[in-house]
Amino acid sequence: MGKHLVLRLVAKIFIPLILLFALYVQFHGDYGPGGGFQAGVIFAAAFILYALLFGLDHARTVMPPALLQTVAALGVLLYGGVGVASMLLGGNYLDYSVLAEDPVHGQHLGILLIELGVGLTVASVMTVIFFTFTGRRG
Amino acid sequence: MLLGLLAVTALALARLRDLFGVVMLFGIYSLLSAGIFLVLDAVDVAFTEAAVGAGISTVLMLSTLALTERKEKEPRHKAVLPLLVVLVTGAALVYGTLDMPDFGDPKAPVHQHVAPRYIQQSPAEIGVPNMVTSVLASYRGYDTLGEVTVIFTAGVGVLALIADRRRTRRRRRRG
Repeated sequence: MGKHLVLRLVAKIFIPLILLFALYVQFHGDYGPGGGFQAGVIFAAAFILYALLFGLDHARTVMPPALLQTVAALGVLLYGGVGVASMLLGGNYLDYSVLAEDPVHGQHLGILLIELGVGLTVASVMTVIFFTFTGRRG
Repeated sequence: MLLGLLAVTALALARLRDLFGVVMLFGIYSLLSAGIFLVLDAVDVAFTEAAVGAGISTVLMLSTLALTERKEKEPRHKAVLPLLVVLVTGAALVYGTLDMPDFGDPKAPVHQHVAPRYIQQSPAEIGVPNMVTSVLASYRGYDTLGEVTVIFTAGVGVLALIADRRRTRRRRRRG
């Protein structure tokens, strides 16, 4: 436990902040710079930082690879599902205007959902790639 | 200024044989590019470049280095032919830029096509203050879906190639 004590303490303070910032970027992408892609990468960076300092085994108990793989697929499914939903509601594929009574509200909802899908996929895929690279003994 | 720094970093990258240093320089290169994007008012692109280029890809390259060697092998051939190819390609590209409209020219074709429509209609149609988001997520939703699929495929590819070797080995032993 004595190894990298300062780094670990700083990381422990920073990781929640990084996660919070990622969520901010995710859901504030409509108003400022950012969106699902950037948020996903920042989210993954927090886990990678954790894995670097506390070891891969700890990180794997926090984020089991099976869960990550499921989430990665879920993100793409959510994105595609929004498209299918808008088709079922009578619009074109990925035409969010039909998702709510008011077209502008529908657009907001659609963008929010697909950005969430992007964020989920990007975050979990980045973490999965890092886990597999570091988990492999050369 | 930033472009100059970028050129210096690129030259250093080409000279360096220590791959650890190369990875670090690539991170700096990405950060400088992010700075350039920021100066050009492309905040979203700068954000992505800083997060992906300087952040994640550096970590991924480092973890790759841990699996392979740290030093680059000495080149076996002389660099004359590659240098010639690069010079010719570079000259062709520079020649190509001569036809491009001036930087920031409002009459440039790119500002005449769909961009004005996006800028005029997006507040009424989408109502999202960040126009980049409305273009990426709504007008160009197909493209973004494609990008997400690419990332997903990359993850699946990495998993298929180098993950879970233990399980396959066990299966092989059984069979």
